[in-house]
Amino acid sequence: MTTTTPRVWRRPPILIQDKRWRIAIYGGLVLYLIAAMASIEVDWVRVYTGLERGWRFVQGFLQPDFTSRWSDISQGLVESLTMTVTSTVVGVIISIPIGIGAARNLAPLPVYAVCRAIIALSRALQEIIIAILFVAMFGFGPFAGFLTLSFATIGFLAKLLAEDIEDIDARQVEAVRATGASWWQLVNYGVQPQVMPRLIGLSLYRLDINFRESAVIGIVGAGGIGATLNTAIDRYEFDSAGAILLIIIAIVMVAEYGSSTVRKWVQ
Amino acid sequence: MPVATIDGAPVWRHRTSRQSLLIWFGWLCLVALFVFCWQVMTRDTIWAFVEDAPRQAADIGSRMFPPRWSYIERLLLPLWDTLNIATLGTVLGIIIAVPIAFLAARNTTPSTLIVRPIALFIIVASRSINSLIWALLLVSIIGPGVLAGVIAIGLRSIGFVAKLLYEAIEEIDEKQVEAVRSTGASGAQVIDYAIVPQVLPAFFGIAVFRWDINIRESTILGLVGAGGIGLQLQASLNVLAWPQVTMIFVVILATVVISEWVSAKVRHAII
Repeated sequence: MTTTTPRVWRRPPILIQDKRWRIAIYGGLVLYLIAAMASIEVDWVRVYTGLERGWRFVQGFLQPDFTSRWSDISQGLVESLTMTVTSTVVGVIISIPIGIGAARNLAPLPVYAVCRAIIALSRALQEIIIAILFVAMFGFGPFAGFLTLSFATIGFLAKLLAEDIEDIDARQVEAVRATGASWWQLVNYGVQPQVMPRLIGLSLYRLDINFRESAVIGIVGAGGIGATLNTAIDRYEFDSAGAILLIIIAIVMVAEYGSSTVRKWVQ
Repeated sequence: MPVATIDGAPVWRHRTSRQSLLIWFGWLCLVALFVFCWQVMTRDTIWAFVEDAPRQAADIGSRMFPPRWSYIERLLLPLWDTLNIATLGTVLGIIIAVPIAFLAARNTTPSTLIVRPIALFIIVASRSINSLIWALLLVSIIGPGVLAGVIAIGLRSIGFVAKLLYEAIEEIDEKQVEAVRSTGASGAQVIDYAIVPQVLPAFFGIAVFRWDINIRESTILGLVGAGGIGLQLQASLNVLAWPQVTMIFVVILATVVISEWVSAKVRHAII
């Protein structure tokens, strides 16, 4: 005779073990989502009339028009690409000393504090906000965009470089120091060979990001393909806009593929 | 080991002559590219404006301070909208991204030849277009407002969440999948009992991380009319009300710092 066991296995709760807390937290989340959705005001008539335009955008994306605005598009692209290259180079050159200064194992405390403050400032402000300020100061055009992207590169690269320097193998540095090397020689022979592959990888990654951002900061007047895109959308020329978006996607794909190949080759 | 002979005595060198020459040539190419790009970029730059910049900066700086603290009353409602855009956008993005991640992961995709490339293309397309551009498009399609912002944030989040999630799915322990499958579980049950529990911590980490980024991005979506605190920023910039602009910057900065702190705490608690 077999007796069927009345017990059935139940999956244990995933995150929060205590039942009361679980109900409270999940219930709170659901209440917040309901309140958030209720506070969205949607003009359904406007959405409905816009659907036709949305359909035209899909069509424009599938049948992009590269030719009729080609001179604008190519000028925007040239601005974006040159802006990307120059800002990445300048950003990397500036962020190397700041990154070294922000590594606790190489820099004394006052230098460390100053460099960390610069990094925090650059990371806290978004590209768009910096672009607004730089456009107001330096006038419209790619020069303001170049400054924006260089500034944003500093925060990104210096932070990751500093963390990388702090993680290096201290024994190699010790060995170089034991030969009586000066501070500069220490950085050149003990630190630089250890962080160089990652620095190259990060620079290439930042190049990729800078191109993507260069497509955005044009919206506030900082030059590049973003300005062209903004104009195309304002004129409801969705086929030109589709062409620009496809070009951006293609360049990002090429950049991503290329940079991953180079990174594999470097490491 | 590269050794040079100087005055008849061997001396250690860092690199061979050939290596140094190659590296030198690489640097030369980089410098040439930089100079070329610099010249193309600054062809239309009006240097008078650039030289004038310090004076402009001082002028704007003097107008920006002190911030207009009383303006914060008008910022609370837009701030609530901004939070909603970020949260609902993240939820929308996750809902779309999860199936795409399963279609893109090499070990769960139904077909590596057709479905996987399509899923990967969706991921790249979503990742390469910034949420501000999505917002620009959506505002012109469905009109200005919070809804355009939510959808823009959602579309942008798909690529990020799906990419990190499919990488996590590809890294799971296959032995657990094998064990569950050997009990006679169906495909859906294998996903439910063998794959999901393994990727769940990574998933929550990714979701909170993306929410944090989305808060950052949703503060500026209003610049193109997609709701939130950016609308106030645009309005203040248009009338050159710099004290209000400073106040908005302060609020944005505080929001970003708080959301970063929250996301770090939550991720720390989960992982």
